[in-house]
Amino acid sequence: MSAHVDTHTHDDDHGHHHKETFVTKYIFSQDHKMIAKQYLITGLIMGIIGILMSLLMRMQIAWPEKPNVIFEALLGKWAPGGVMDADIYLALVTIHGTIMVFFVLTAGLSGTFSNLLIPLQIGARDMASGFLNMISYWLFFLSSVIMVISLFVEAGPAAAGWTIYPPLSALPLAQGGSGAGMTLWLVSMAIFIASSLLGSLNYIVTVLNLRTKGMSMTRLPLTIWAFFITAVIGVVSFPVLLSAALLLIMDRSFGTSFFLSDIFIQGEVLHYQGGSPVLYEHLFWFLGHPEVYIVLLPALGITSEVIATNARKPIFGYRAMVASIIAIAFLSTIVWGHHMFISGMNPFLGSVFTFTTLLIAIPSAVKAFNYITTLWKGNLQLNPAMLFSIGLVSTFITGGLTGIILGDSALDINVHDTYFVVAHFHLVMGISALYGLFAGVYHWFPKMFGRMLNKNLGYIHFWVTAVCAYGVFFPMHFIGMAGLPRRYYTNSNFPLFDDTQNVQVLITIFALVAGLVQLVFLYNFIHSMFYGKKAEQNPWRSNTLEWTTPVEHMHGNWPGDIPHVHRWAYDYSKPGHDEDFVPQHIPLKDGEEELQH
Amino acid sequence: MTGLLTILILLGITIAIWQMVKIFDLAQANKDTSQIANDKDNSVHGYLMLAFLGFIYLITIISFALWGDLPLVSNSASEHGPEIDRLMIISMVVIFIVQTITQFLLHYFAFKYKGEKGRKALFYADNDKLEFIWTIIPVITLAGLIMYGLFTWNDIMNIDEEEDPIVIELYAQQFNWKARYAGQDNVLGKANVRLINLDNANILGLDESDPNAQDDIITTELHLPVGKPVLFKMRSQDVLHSAYMPHFRAQMNCVPGMITQFAFTPTVTTEEMRLNPEIYEKVRNINKIRNENSKKLQAKGEEPLDRYEFDYLLLCNKICGKSHYNMQMKIIVETEEEYNAWLQEQKLFKNSLVQN
Repeated sequence: MSAHVDTHTHDDDHGHHHKETFVTKYIFSQDHKMIAKQYLITGLIMGIIGILMSLLMRMQIAWPEKPNVIFEALLGKWAPGGVMDADIYLALVTIHGTIMVFFVLTAGLSGTFSNLLIPLQIGARDMASGFLNMISYWLFFLSSVIMVISLFVEAGPAAAGWTIYPPLSALPLAQGGSGAGMTLWLVSMAIFIASSLLGSLNYIVTVLNLRTKGMSMTRLPLTIWAFFITAVIGVVSFPVLLSAALLLIMDRSFGTSFFLSDIFIQGEVLHYQGGSPVLYEHLFWFLGHPEVYIVLLPALGITSEVIATNARKPIFGYRAMVASIIAIAFLSTIVWGHHMFISGMNPFLGSVFTFTTLLIAIPSAVKAFNYITTLWKGNLQLNPAMLFSIGLVSTFITGGLTGIILGDSALDINVHDTYFVVAHFHLVMGISALYGLFAGVYHWFPKMFGRMLNKNLGYIHFWVTAVCAYGVFFPMHFIGMAGLPRRYYTNSNFPLFDDTQNVQVLITIFALVAGLVQLVFLYNFIHSMFYGKKAEQNPWRSNTLEWTTPVEHMHGNWPGDIPHVHRWAYDYSKPGHDEDFVPQHIPLKDGEEELQH
Repeated sequence: MTGLLTILILLGITIAIWQMVKIFDLAQANKDTSQIANDKDNSVHGYLMLAFLGFIYLITIISFALWGDLPLVSNSASEHGPEIDRLMIISMVVIFIVQTITQFLLHYFAFKYKGEKGRKALFYADNDKLEFIWTIIPVITLAGLIMYGLFTWNDIMNIDEEEDPIVIELYAQQFNWKARYAGQDNVLGKANVRLINLDNANILGLDESDPNAQDDIITTELHLPVGKPVLFKMRSQDVLHSAYMPHFRAQMNCVPGMITQFAFTPTVTTEEMRLNPEIYEKVRNINKIRNENSKKLQAKGEEPLDRYEFDYLLLCNKICGKSHYNMQMKIIVETEEEYNAWLQEQKLFKNSLVQN
């Protein structure tokens, strides 16, 4: 399937006719580059809120009895006298998870870089539908606003965990947060899903139809493969979460019993009969697990691109990389049950899900090995983006390996829902995906803003974050294996766990330092946006098409014709060329052979 | 007022860091302004990569040295426990080996091949044989782990009714646990939350007309006889809970509207466990920590902490609301005689009802 799109008919339009006002340029923009920036900045703001929440939680866990003026200042009536309320702790757990997973690492990461890079790297003037793209962003913005508003409702924000399992999430009698806070959570997520679907459809259509001449699927940069497959997973699985959310809304507000049955609470029997919370768990995790890869694959795609560029070497095993992205995507939709080994579902299903889950380790291992081999005998340019990419591979391995334990139903029995799980998924998807986000920002900042980020601040940002990430999550495995359950407001009611408390304090200190060092990044980001050094057209000497566009943004991306593509994206240090990179639009020399993919 | 002050102070700290960063930023403005890594950067950060590898190894060693005794991989108190522990240790060893090697390769390569001007990287894009090798090695390793895991899982989850297990119901509600023993007939009476009648103290909703229910016994402590298989039937009256008994390597969710189950055979009595050298040492250590905390509390004029004595516990391990963090029940494993004697003292369901 080769895609020739004749874009010449549009060429004359670009750069001339559009009279732009402030509103059409910066607010209701239909330009994919502006939309990418909007996604990034909204995602960063949500990220600040999400990280701040995690720090409040960490302080509560480390010093549970001590009144804390920071709690009093930030939580107000939820921390009378500076002592955090148990309800708000669970709300922090919930909203931190929701914000980080969906608003930062789904929309902030995938939304930003899919929008920025898909048209630029495949050689398209813009997304297939600029209008839908704009709607997609504004729905995301709306859902972010609603999520933030939900923090201020009288009875508290949603507090049933980011998985919002019913009946806890369905019954206002069970928990303050299951009232208006949960309603807003559900509304926000429903809008978020709509936004995500519009975005994903756009990405898929654009990649399939708008590739420039010569850009066959096997010449696509791995970033595009990752965004494309991510969009496919999103389209397959997000609607299932939407259905779960809608059914939950029905149960909450219209008296149906999809997920509820036989409930006696606060002295009264409720009318619900015949539903099952386990059904909800299935629906939730049918999205919930693929979601891990929706978060992770774009980060891995960015890493592939950044590592190849900075190693000055072709990515090792391009075909295997594409195959493992597809394998991971397929397997990700049939492993959701590993979150439910002890949910009461049939043990035989547990066996099946153990099998499929451990299978997914194989393509993941292939990816890790291929990254390492790409470094081998490279000429590594250790730019901040490169450091974050190497860091990603490191945390991806450390976090991924413990998946072998959690994916094994027999072992899951005893570590399920303990801190071991928290350590595992934060490393493998949280930190890894964040590193992917940072790598992307450091690498493509020149493309987004026409200026360079300060590299020394970038180095400080990376090293402190990297040390703290291990400092926070490595020891956490040990307290998890000691049997300490997560989501406990305090552990002081269990003398059994008194010997884990010093670890908790250490973790919190690392977390606070990690939180503070993000200020360095924020400074760098904001300052460089306005005062950074002006970027050259292709600062990293990269092969992909986005670096053939002018530094100053323009509608339609290229002033003249869209370049045609003659080779894959990874001709770095190819013998027979003087430079150590050969961009995709450079025709093959006489007698030069293209690698067969 | 303190709130406003704190916010101002936090704001102040943020601005201070901001300014420090700015000074740092300006201080180096005159030097290299390219913002692209040069040979010096590559060299510095190549060495730092090596140092970071050292850091990863160091934190691993420190964690094992300081907290290596925390993980529950010995002293399980159930028949299937050692199976899980063995599989856990095997998995950990595999992980440890892979982690050590791959992190070494990653960071060592990052150091070894740090960029130099004028050098060209090796154009090396594919090697089917190599890729086959590192696909097949995980396949074989994982196949082994999967097989082992599945056998263990089936072993644990297949409940052998012929062993004639003692049937006990674990009943969860916000925020406490109850246990219901089946009594002489070893058959739990029918129950549904719709039958709960707080007026006559039928708190678990037993069917008062069911003959099997009459000799049921409801308790707030879980007593188990050592060496006897126990079949737990889990029920919840309000939201999801999870019955987590870490020392027995046992856990199962309690789901409103359905009955879930889990079975195990306790093998070590509470008394024996308290005398186990490792547990004894752990308890001593915990009491040392508690003593220190008590001193601090007393200095402030507050009550000191109680002395800790080891007990098995049942914890709630599924987020269930405000007091989730304090939803627990003591488990006592004892000899059969002690167990029977304790059971004798408990009130039968028919006698526990309040007559109006």
